[in-house]
Amino acid sequence: MGRVEELIKAHGELEREVYLDFENSSPVPSEIVEAMLPYFNRIAYGNPTLTHKPGWEAYEAIWKSAEKIAGFIGAREPEEINFTPGETEANNLALMGAALKNRRNGRKIIVSEIEPLSVLHVCRMLENYGFITVKVPVDGEGFVDLEELKRAVDREVVLASFMSVNNEIGTIEPIKEIVEIVKDRSPEAIFHTDASDAYGRIPFHVERLGVDLATISSYKILGPRGVGALYVRSGVPLEKILEGQFGTQKLWPGVENTPLIMGFYSASEKAFANFERNVEHMRRLRDKLINGILEGVDEAILNGPRDDKRAPDNVNVSFLKCEGESLTVELSLKGVYVSSGSACTRRILQPSHVLLAIGRRFEEAHGSILMKVTRYHTDEDIDYVLRAIRESVARLRTIYGSMGG
Amino acid sequence: MSRAPLPYSPKILELFRNPKNLGRMDDADAWAVAGNPACGDMITFYLKVGEGEVVERASFESYGCAANIATSSILTEMVKGKTLREAWEISWKQVAEEVGGLPSVKFHCGVLAVGAMRRAIREYYKRRGETPSWIPKEPTFEEKQALEEEELAKRLAKRIGGGI
Ligand code: FES
Repeated sequence: MGRVEELIKAHGELEREVYLDFENSSPVPSEIVEAMLPYFNRIAYGNPTLTHKPGWEAYEAIWKSAEKIAGFIGAREPEEINFTPGETEANNLALMGAALKNRRNGRKIIVSEIEPLSVLHVCRMLENYGFITVKVPVDGEGFVDLEELKRAVDREVVLASFMSVNNEIGTIEPIKEIVEIVKDRSPEAIFHTDASDAYGRIPFHVERLGVDLATISSYKILGPRGVGALYVRSGVPLEKILEGQFGTQKLWPGVENTPLIMGFYSASEKAFANFERNVEHMRRLRDKLINGILEGVDEAILNGPRDDKRAPDNVNVSFLKCEGESLTVELSLKGVYVSSGSACTRRILQPSHVLLAIGRRFEEAHGSILMKVTRYHTDEDIDYVLRAIRESVARLRTIYGSMGG
Repeated sequence: MSRAPLPYSPKILELFRNPKNLGRMDDADAWAVAGNPACGDMITFYLKVGEGEVVERASFESYGCAANIATSSILTEMVKGKTLREAWEISWKQVAEEVGGLPSVKFHCGVLAVGAMRRAIREYYKRRGETPSWIPKEPTFEEKQALEEEELAKRLAKRIGGGI
């Protein structure tokens, strides 16, 4: 017997299952799986650098995907799209690659306090090589403090990295203004944005924003895991961070995974096919979920901004007197799948750095859950989730009881 | 800060779903708290003591993960019918065994449960104004861990500026 087989069995027959943990992984819709299938064994299964038909087919497929994705983000050339195995790898490549290649321009790296760990931890590593990280604070809704930013940027800044949309609390950052502030004070600086939570959900255009590097990820738009891309504006110097046999991807060695790239491409196409309608649908369900929780559960608070300042898919709520990890387990038993920023879900006793950065107290951060809605969710799904949350929080609060008070 | 995989045992899940001896005890002879909501781990442990210092009943309240709830709950069962001295001897490892094992990142939840129970026993004797010689003056490992966790939460909160 496996280690958690009993846990899975304990769920029994579920009335409904609603997956909302799109922050951490995603089921791939059948239509996207269908689009990938031929590339496993019918066509383009060759290595795209080789001189035979399956190789050329792969070359063609990857090129077309890059061309389309370049179009979706407003890049000028398909060559500016570099496929990587995902967001983590693209962020590592962006930060290490830019810092190491351009170290003569300065030693300062500037980021916000709420960047993902694949940015913050890379900064920490780069500090071992003589770089200095400056973290700009954010306000109570997660917006970068532009005055602090202005004070912090000088000619020493070699690299800046600010995410377009915060993955945990959905804050849509004013990237264009941030780019201007950075480039004004340090024209040589390279600007990176992790746009994984922006791509396919808000208008995102690299040329209009003026960014040099941008990370996008496949599973965050319902594509398969294991693939993402780093946009690198042509002419921006970047060091490779892995060595090996290089193929069509000049910054990432190894054999290209054509089926995954095709899945990423197909997911992108579907997200952009009815962009406005998709976004409107997500936004409506998002607000239904947020309002339903805030109206239906006492001592619940929304984390992050509202309305147009918030990503259309993101819901992040904290419940007092109800610890988040317990809540994820309780909800799972009802077929509702979410994640939490509680310290109990982490290796060390510290809750989500994003929630702390926006000034949430520890007990508020521990009681947080993160959910994302998609164009596939229905009103019935949200009604079911709201009921499950009300019941689950109520039961866990009976365990909290009076706490000796 | 990364996430930890949590292969909970079936016993933990069972106690999480149907915790035994849950809730405040109004006629408790002693009770104690370990941890606090800021660390995300908190347990209140209540004791009802009868003839010959035998634990008649114990109950708990908890704020924390499924392991926290399960270990506190099982401990209220384990102490029942034991003398306070016997109850004192229960270690967090025995508690972990009793729930079918704990994932390593969850050891501290079992430790906290034992810490709360020992504090309640100390409290019992404090109220009576006599401390038997088998109770060490210094806090035991489990009690120390509880203290450390409380301290850590205070320190982190101060550094980050969040109030507790
Ligand atoms: S109570 Fe936080 S990890 Fe168990």
